[in-house]
Amino acid sequence: MRYLLHRLTQAVFLLIGASLLTFLFSTLAPGNYFDEMRLNPQISPETVTALRAQYQLDRPLPVRYARWVRSLLRGEMGFSFSYNTPVAPLLWVRARNTLLLTVFATLFAWALALPLGIWSATTLGRAPDRALSWATAALLVIPDLVLALGLLILAVRSGWFPTGGMVSVGFENFSRIQQFRDVASHMELPVIALVLSALPILVRHVRAAVAEVLEAPFLRAAASHGIRRSRLLCRYALRAAANPLISLFGFSVGALLSGSLLVEVVMSWPGLGPLLLEAILARDLYVVIGGVLFSTMFLVLGNFLADLLVYWADPRIRTRTAAQ
Amino acid sequence: MIQRRGLKRWLLALAALHGVVACAGFFAPYDPAEQDRERPYLPPMKIHLVDAQGLHHLRPFFYAVRLRDGSFDQFEESTGQPLPLQFFVTGARYRLLGLVPTRLHLFGAQTSRIHLLGSDAYGRDQLSRILYGGQISLLAGLLGAGLTLFLGVLVGATAGYYGGWRDGLFMRLAELFAALPWLYLLFALRAFLPLAVSPVRAFFLIILVIGAVGWARPARLVRGVVLSARERDFVRAARGFGATDGYLLRRHILPETSSVILTQAAILVPQFVLAEMTLSFLGLGVPEPVPTWGNLLASLQQYSVLLSYWWMYVPALAIVPFFLGYLGLASTLHQDAGIGKIERTSSWNSW
Repeated sequence: MRYLLHRLTQAVFLLIGASLLTFLFSTLAPGNYFDEMRLNPQISPETVTALRAQYQLDRPLPVRYARWVRSLLRGEMGFSFSYNTPVAPLLWVRARNTLLLTVFATLFAWALALPLGIWSATTLGRAPDRALSWATAALLVIPDLVLALGLLILAVRSGWFPTGGMVSVGFENFSRIQQFRDVASHMELPVIALVLSALPILVRHVRAAVAEVLEAPFLRAAASHGIRRSRLLCRYALRAAANPLISLFGFSVGALLSGSLLVEVVMSWPGLGPLLLEAILARDLYVVIGGVLFSTMFLVLGNFLADLLVYWADPRIRTRTAAQ
Repeated sequence: MIQRRGLKRWLLALAALHGVVACAGFFAPYDPAEQDRERPYLPPMKIHLVDAQGLHHLRPFFYAVRLRDGSFDQFEESTGQPLPLQFFVTGARYRLLGLVPTRLHLFGAQTSRIHLLGSDAYGRDQLSRILYGGQISLLAGLLGAGLTLFLGVLVGATAGYYGGWRDGLFMRLAELFAALPWLYLLFALRAFLPLAVSPVRAFFLIILVIGAVGWARPARLVRGVVLSARERDFVRAARGFGATDGYLLRRHILPETSSVILTQAAILVPQFVLAEMTLSFLGLGVPEPVPTWGNLLASLQQYSVLLSYWWMYVPALAIVPFFLGYLGLASTLHQDAGIGKIERTSSWNSW
């Protein structure tokens, strides 16, 4: 338990650090949201100054940070200038959509990577392994921006997938089941793009981990005892190879989050990505900070989940912490 | 050392690729800013060897393109007169490698412009823009990687060599940077720097942002190597003879890190080229009219372009051979360094 507690405090410190860092970045900003207003002759300089004072942008950094933390505790995360609302509700909706993509992409990517990687490891050096190596290499050299745009062009020209946005026109009038299917069909393309961009790395890691374990003496011993091959793979090899793969799971969440930022913008999925981009262009300070923190939070959650899994899967960690 | 040959092959391939981009002026038939407002979104022209009458030609040729009757965006070949493709022609002025002023181009044609990869909304030649755009994108990637590695070595060597509070502080900071999702961090930093700037300033801004974001991983790796190198016998001996810290670092410790740095460079450069592409694609990078691989793709954000003008996607493919080259290089370097697992080269450091 102490192990998990330790990891949890680490995660909290990480989040605090991330918020400090983004605030520090924000002091680099030569302009802010209200600078645009200065160019507008209809708004007097006094009004702009008053607005700045109202949002306390003229205060020093520690004061602003303290204020922001207070608003975070109220569940607001600061104030969006361009939407004229607290940031948190704005982000929640978008974050939900991003999470929808990332969770499904993570699940599908792993569901594909595990069998493919194991297959590759069991046929090491033979035809399936070599074909898979080629395929992963080919996917690896196609960066995600190129992949996402290519898929989008394919979808637009072939009409196989709905493109753009998350729902069709008239979504509100659909029945529950229709709504579900509509969102699912809009998800196909972005999820495919994300899965394809994450897949090669996952497959290669699974292959490496499983191949390493298959060499281990205890597995040979088990095999020579006449244990069935399928049982050998699932019960023995996968269990032993799980540790590095689980920590990779944490990483894959981060990778998919970043990847989803781009895919969302390319495919106009209403997630955090387009909101963040919009906020950057509008210099909507607290939305940018909130967006970065939300994504960090997801990443930290993903890593914590991985820690939980390791704790569950690897008895060594449990005994080590118990012994301390 | 078994992999020497493989290493040489990848290096040669990369040198060739970079050479083509560096000499963009020679390989590109036109100036990247030269417009032809009469012919926007011209599809890629075909090179023929057999003409409309079925006659074979020795010299490759193409047909001039004109608007189809009664249409305003459909082009067709006017098959009346074959226009020969000419090599080593004089055309737009440029400076080869930024130094030698010349007008020599690899190929071109008289009486009609030739667009092998089509043209964009202003009738600018796509091929020329891709070649010139590569100069900006690749330079941004290379300089960004240079900056990152410089920061990484500085931080990593300080933390590893001196230890103590410096080690604690720098490594906590590195942990923080490594923990944030890469692209979000890049965005966060970019968000607070000026938006509307001249292309030159934007270029350096991008390099700064990209370079400042990725230092954590190389710093950790360098620290690890420095930590172990510090305790090696020859280093201790040198210290016993009274060598100063600066001398030890320069002469004995930093050379130990060279293989890590090289491998990291091979991993970081393509990533950073992609980062520049991403930023410019989203309108946060180098702006028009200067071409980069990223902002050449920006027009694909319009649905109509996506639907009708597929050749606007071609700039995206330009990065693929570079990715291949760097990936191959990174994996052979890895094997050279005895790490031996190609899997590890595809780092999660990026996305």
